[in-house]
Amino acid sequence: MKVIIDGHEIEVEPGTTILQAARMMGGPSVPPAMCYYSKLEDTGGNCRACLVEVSKGSDADERPMPKLMASCKTTVMDGMEVKNLSSPRVMEARKAVTEFLLINHPLDCPVCDQAGECDLQNLSYQHGKELTRFKEEKRTFEPENIGDKIQLHMNRCILCYRCVKTAEQITDGRVHGVCGRGDHAQISTYITAAIDNDFSGNVIDVCPVGALTDKTFRFKSRVWFNKPFNAHRDCDKCCGKTTLWMFGDEIQRVTARKDVYHEVEEFICNECRFDHKDTADWVVEGPRKFEKFSVINQNNYTRKLDTVVIDTEKQILKGRDQDRVKISMTNVPFKEEESKK
Amino acid sequence: MAKKILLDKINIPGIKSYEVYRQNGGYASVEKAIKTMTPDAITEEVKASGLRGRGGAGFPMGLKWSFIDKKSGKPRHLVCNADESEPGTFKDRYLMEHIPHLLIEGMITSSYALGANLSYIYIRGEYMWVYKIIERAIKEAYAAGWLGKNILGSDYSLDLHVHCGAGAYICGEETALIESLEGKRGNPRIKPPFPAVSGLWGNPTVVNNVESISNVPWIVNNSGEEFAKIGLGRSTGTKLISASGHIKKPGVYEIELGITVDEFINSEEYCGGMIDDRPIKALIPGGSSVPILPAHLIYKTAEGEDRLMTYESLSEGGFATGSMMGSGGFIVYNDTACIVRNTWNFAKFYAHESCGQCSPCREGTGWMEKVLYRIETGHGTSEDIDLLWDIQRKIEGNTICPLGDAAAWPVAAAIRHFREEFEYHIQFPEKVKNRNHFVDEPFESIKHLVTK
Repeated sequence: MKVIIDGHEIEVEPGTTILQAARMMGGPSVPPAMCYYSKLEDTGGNCRACLVEVSKGSDADERPMPKLMASCKTTVMDGMEVKNLSSPRVMEARKAVTEFLLINHPLDCPVCDQAGECDLQNLSYQHGKELTRFKEEKRTFEPENIGDKIQLHMNRCILCYRCVKTAEQITDGRVHGVCGRGDHAQISTYITAAIDNDFSGNVIDVCPVGALTDKTFRFKSRVWFNKPFNAHRDCDKCCGKTTLWMFGDEIQRVTARKDVYHEVEEFICNECRFDHKDTADWVVEGPRKFEKFSVINQNNYTRKLDTVVIDTEKQILKGRDQDRVKISMTNVPFKEEESKK
Repeated sequence: MAKKILLDKINIPGIKSYEVYRQNGGYASVEKAIKTMTPDAITEEVKASGLRGRGGAGFPMGLKWSFIDKKSGKPRHLVCNADESEPGTFKDRYLMEHIPHLLIEGMITSSYALGANLSYIYIRGEYMWVYKIIERAIKEAYAAGWLGKNILGSDYSLDLHVHCGAGAYICGEETALIESLEGKRGNPRIKPPFPAVSGLWGNPTVVNNVESISNVPWIVNNSGEEFAKIGLGRSTGTKLISASGHIKKPGVYEIELGITVDEFINSEEYCGGMIDDRPIKALIPGGSSVPILPAHLIYKTAEGEDRLMTYESLSEGGFATGSMMGSGGFIVYNDTACIVRNTWNFAKFYAHESCGQCSPCREGTGWMEKVLYRIETGHGTSEDIDLLWDIQRKIEGNTICPLGDAAAWPVAAAIRHFREEFEYHIQFPEKVKNRNHFVDEPFESIKHLVTK
């Protein structure tokens, strides 16, 4: 089957969705996905971030589809033409979805463990506004303790349903779900029971935002100060292939390996994730490659670094060099734009 | 008197019970259908009748039936949507409460036409007493041999169950209804696949409104051609209208489609005119989800023709100057009503009833509710009207199910036709803090104060 996305043509198998076809093609035309997860069944359609315009239904029926379609749930037809980046309607809808997702989001990225590897952050950088039009108080939830391994921050949740599907399909029994409806729907165990069944730790990896984070890693470090290494161990429950997030010789966090769309390659068990924080337990394969522009890659840990000297003490006591010159020497004026501030 | 199809026998004492209903010609359509007609012949009759779905969308019922997948060999189901939760609509409740056997008769005939051997009536949780009435009626029908194995000695068997919802508006959406019936959380499914291919438990399913199904016995008894003679153009038959608001005689009326709105509101046979003879200000012709009409567009369309009670005439002019037939929740407002407060009330309803599955509806309905509350209580700012317009525009069409659209349309129409009232609320916050602000001084008398 032939499908054209933003003017680029690709041949795909029948039954492929538009999003999958776009991912096969790669490049900037891939719609963002906050809820769809290729490794799980029956996900997607909720977040509406991947809406695209189908400007031609198929060769047989050339009519365009009147509404924007969720690309993760719409299967391609032969000869379909899809507009993503090239459609102003799509760009506007995506901006709208981003705004909707952010109005009740606490925007507490500075204290959020997910910051740096957060899909909502990425979406906001690309499609978000700098200003908010939402004047009201944000929706909040009572904190809920769901066990000693997983931290739930309901306020940050975007209700993508990924963790629900993970628990249903990967673990041996789902004990949490969505309670309530509307903008007060929340991920909860209902009776505040602990989520501790095996493989439940994967909900941390599938969560696109910081709603479910690793309690054993909580506030330990920003993700971009960690150095990720691929490692593996013999595990009788799972594949044992993980990414270790190191700070010096210390393993601060263990996650599954994620692909370019931030989806885990293979799910790992709770034992690998939480209980093996000693380098002796692992066979380290080597540093993990990251996207060129990701904040984690700004670390540049594969390259030799120049020594950075920060004279904190001197600067605090005497001020920055350039300021000192201006203050003591009247013939060096402040720049005009500086004096305005 | 106008032709009555559904409410013809409603005033017969004891029509609620099986004996009286049977004595008055009840279940004749089941006899006729099973003994003399093939299932396809019934579908053809319904197609010929031009009966349009009475739940709101107005989709031709015969066409919907013909979409059901008969080739797959899977069992088929008919589900009756009795989850009537649209604010302003109460016609199905009236039918089920007073003449429950009509629905059951329709269910048997329709199930036979579709080849369904297991059918359900999904009733909303708030109608608990109606649920009991229907359940009793089903027991009576079983006892009389209209339900169960080998009905009337034929090889057709049907089991009919009534299922009680848990009080969610969203479960009136057909795929959410199916999810709920399966015992899951009532989240709408993403279409396609449509229920006609994969519905209840993955089987082909048809979901029809109570009133639509209740029309089937008459069509089978009197032929679809006769049915098509009633009404006007593509709006055939009669329709139940739940009239409420500032009218002298609110209630459920059966009208022949094609009478004028003027006749319906002002004639003694129906609503009997405006209460206290105050001027009419606005009309919502089809339940809270449809656009509101301002006074000058109620009796006449924008082209100056008479506005009729038909699917076509009510939607004449699109959303700019028209509205929709919807489910027939006919709400009339006089000049003491505050459109902003009314819109806020609806927005609150949708924010409460959004299932929370997809982002634009979940966040957007709550946001609109908050902004409208601010305007209504005198805390609005001049940007808020444009903000509201922008939010509704971004919800509409971007959601999984029509609830997002249903939440956006009333807000859009209220701003389109009553923008001055919104501006009044923003310019005179002290006045609108009194809840009865338009009762004391109707908007027409203070309209000149609003500065552009």
